[in-house]
Amino acid sequence: MGSAHWPDDPAYDLSREKGDLLVLTHIYTATLVLGIGALFGVLQGFSRADFITMPAWFDYYRMLTVHGVLMALVFTTFFITGLLTYATYRSIPRVRSVRWNWIGYGVMLVGTVTTALTILSGNATVLYTFYAPLKASPFFYFGATLLVAGTWFVAGDIIENVVWFKRNNRKVLIPLPAFVSVCTMTMWIIATLGVTAEMLILIPWSLGWTPGVDVSLTRMLFWYFGHPLVYFWIMGAYVIWYLVVPTAFGGTVFSDALTRLAFVSLLLLSTPVGLHHEYLDPGISSGWKFLHTVLTFGVVIPSFMTAFAIFATFEIAARKHGVTGFWNIVRWLPWRDPAFAGPAFGMILFIFGGFGGIVNNSYSMDVLVHNTMWIVGHFHITVGGPVALTFVGAAYRLVPSLARRRLFAPKLALASIYLWFVGMVAMSFSMHWAGLLGAPRRTSVVSYAGSAVAATWHVPMVCAALGGVFVALGVLCFVIVATGTYFTNRRAEDNPALDFAPVDTAAGKTPAILDNLRGWAALAIVLAVLAYIGPMAQQLNAHAYLAPGMRTW
Amino acid sequence: MHIHRFERLWLTFGMAILGLFIAVLAVAALGEGFVPPSNVQTIDPTKVAQTPPFDHPGLRKVGDHAYEAYYVAHIFSFDPPAITVPAGSHVTFYVTSTDVEHGFSIPATGVNVMVTPGWVSSVSHTFKDAGTFLLLCNEFCGIAHQTMFAKVVVR
Repeated sequence: MGSAHWPDDPAYDLSREKGDLLVLTHIYTATLVLGIGALFGVLQGFSRADFITMPAWFDYYRMLTVHGVLMALVFTTFFITGLLTYATYRSIPRVRSVRWNWIGYGVMLVGTVTTALTILSGNATVLYTFYAPLKASPFFYFGATLLVAGTWFVAGDIIENVVWFKRNNRKVLIPLPAFVSVCTMTMWIIATLGVTAEMLILIPWSLGWTPGVDVSLTRMLFWYFGHPLVYFWIMGAYVIWYLVVPTAFGGTVFSDALTRLAFVSLLLLSTPVGLHHEYLDPGISSGWKFLHTVLTFGVVIPSFMTAFAIFATFEIAARKHGVTGFWNIVRWLPWRDPAFAGPAFGMILFIFGGFGGIVNNSYSMDVLVHNTMWIVGHFHITVGGPVALTFVGAAYRLVPSLARRRLFAPKLALASIYLWFVGMVAMSFSMHWAGLLGAPRRTSVVSYAGSAVAATWHVPMVCAALGGVFVALGVLCFVIVATGTYFTNRRAEDNPALDFAPVDTAAGKTPAILDNLRGWAALAIVLAVLAYIGPMAQQLNAHAYLAPGMRTW
Repeated sequence: MHIHRFERLWLTFGMAILGLFIAVLAVAALGEGFVPPSNVQTIDPTKVAQTPPFDHPGLRKVGDHAYEAYYVAHIFSFDPPAITVPAGSHVTFYVTSTDVEHGFSIPATGVNVMVTPGWVSSVSHTFKDAGTFLLLCNEFCGIAHQTMFAKVVVR
């Protein structure tokens, strides 16, 4: 392994010149979407706590669809495409064209606006899972497909840069930030093939060109995509945990090789696990479901590796400063830096997210929590806490560096993290609690005609709504700080670019096999095929019923 | 590739937990029959009203303290809207949908299954104690989804 060779002069930092506005645009789009999504989140919490009743002209389920689509599909995706673009550009300096990435952004934006307007107009109240045979307007499916297609342009740009690097540096490892980016995007491409196949079934059907769809098949294709979607968020957060968080206290990446191994494990284990979302579905034998249980538990490997690496990073950096002992190290960490506190509080929440995830994945145990508020609590304590807090924290570093401005209202930035954390603890724990009492998710009225069991759900849902207010205030602070940073225009031209943490050289050499992404991608595809060929064949063989579309809202 | 000794220990611990969890679930599944409801049985949703036993939804006594309950789920109700069984009854539910995806859940029990048009879902439960149980749809099925519920009375 030699050192990298740059055909272009690295002193001329073209990655900044051309990439800054592009990345900033991705991140500001995510910020705007997060703000709108949070508003609908508060209304939802209030509805479920019986504080308000949504009017007929903008019913609860329409609002729920907006919230789910904006938060799960749009906010996360725009932030991650921005982040990975930045990581790639920053670590592979070259004279480059950013045209394809801009085109990707444009396609994503057109898709998002189309989908959002279709939902807001009441023509796609199908929730973010859009289970057939609920039939939305074709614009909903078109828009969602464009959102996904746009990400492929961004992925193509990232891959092109890495291929260029490899062509010029055959014997050099791909720079770590570019490696984790391209690994994440490879996973994403494999995963989105599922939802694209589903769209190819749903679009002609929604246009009236085909009479019906195989409901079970579309569900399976959705969840083939749906679980890797959540690992896409986690991988985005991991990029920040491994490479950005250590820079808050002068730390290093614990091990180059183990970081790559964690991402490769996620690439392999993201797709062949989707059936754990369908444990309670008819038409899939329990044996196939068990196969996916085992494969899902495999995620313990990258999770444990990451937990170890992060805490090792903390301890190594603290010891370099002469700080020893658990509580001393905890106190030494920069809790007043929002860019550290966001991801760090996210990590704390993620521990509970992991516990809940084990329950969800535990096969027969899933009947106790499936489609209850527990699940809603689970995805808020994973994506709504760890992932979103990490993104927000990172934005407090990225936005000032990209916009070359000083961070607006740093105290408000810190407040956003603490409000969010406290609110998310209250909200998601209450949701888990309500779920254990049997409260269903996805329902507008929870009284069920005065049922005794339904009465027990009221107190936790009130707690969840109040927690949600704190989270939304945190989001509001973030939106104010992020927009204020740009529009108050307090320029700081000498702001350094956000650099990624250096790798700890004590960890030794990285085996070249870890850098072989073509091989890992091929293995990931093989695993996905092996995990799905059986249940898919079972569905296709057993079942020929094609459901006509229905608009039941 | 160098892996720190503590990390080896930590990962071994993780793998051991993983093995233990999988073993517990496998023993429960194979030994005790604790598997998620996975009935594989098709039906034509357009002919449910003509297909026995769903042409007459309701409760059938099939043995001592053993019942079968046939349900048709459609927007926005369950048929039958109520059943009554004696305490200690083992009830096997069979459910199918004539329109969209529904859920079939009795909170505070282990009864929870998805209902997909074209398939017959099945789940069973022993109702030990007397009481009135809420049976609800827990998958969004349309604008009045929240009104889709029924009851199971245990005497």
